[in-house]
Amino acid sequence: MAMLENSSVTVHEADFDVAGLQRGLLSGLSEEGAIATFTGYVRRANDDRRVSTLELEHYPGMTEGSIKAIIDQAADRWPLLAASAVHRVGRLSPGDQIVWVGVASAHREAAFSACEFIMDYLKTRAPFWKKELGPFGEIWVSVRQDDESRAARW
Amino acid sequence: MLKILFFARIREELSCSGLELQWPGSRLDLYALQEQLCVEYGESWRNVLTQENMIRAVNQQVVTDNCELNDGDEIAFFPPVTGG
Repeated sequence: MAMLENSSVTVHEADFDVAGLQRGLLSGLSEEGAIATFTGYVRRANDDRRVSTLELEHYPGMTEGSIKAIIDQAADRWPLLAASAVHRVGRLSPGDQIVWVGVASAHREAAFSACEFIMDYLKTRAPFWKKELGPFGEIWVSVRQDDESRAARW
Repeated sequence: MLKILFFARIREELSCSGLELQWPGSRLDLYALQEQLCVEYGESWRNVLTQENMIRAVNQQVVTDNCELNDGDEIAFFPPVTGG
């Protein structure tokens, strides 16, 4: 499998600055063309449950390794120049940024596709777990079949 | 030494985030290790560790079948993932 040298994976509690992340992605490039990015936010309600807090747990080490492997898989399929992923853990509130993926390529098609591929695989392969807290108590989020089928179509 | 980790709902159901086991000095595979934990910690652990959708990882790689373990391995048990 190809290793995309120009890639980074970060997992932390702190918020992130989308513009800064995109500048960082761009600054490492020897040529430009297209950058596609995705930002995910904590939902205010899930399956009609009003969520007041989201707790995100992960498996340190495996999380980073698995996302890096997903990026390398994307680099096998599309001609990528660079890719970055940032995922937050800990206690988050509705509306908070939770995940960011940015992909640079010479052309938009590869950038769009690889960004979506990385997100679809991240959601179904990277060891993160969400627990929702709210008026209903607390509940571990269960797997969405839709996420599985989105990942399976690649 | 074997390092065993539990995450998320599994960690809560076992009230345990992880433990270390002495390497038995002979061959050991993943299913035998799981059986050993079930015998040592009782039926409540068996009910959790044998859940149908349990994901098992050895040295941070998901495994879907039984496999040989080695001294120093890190074994993890966790539910299906829900990040992103």
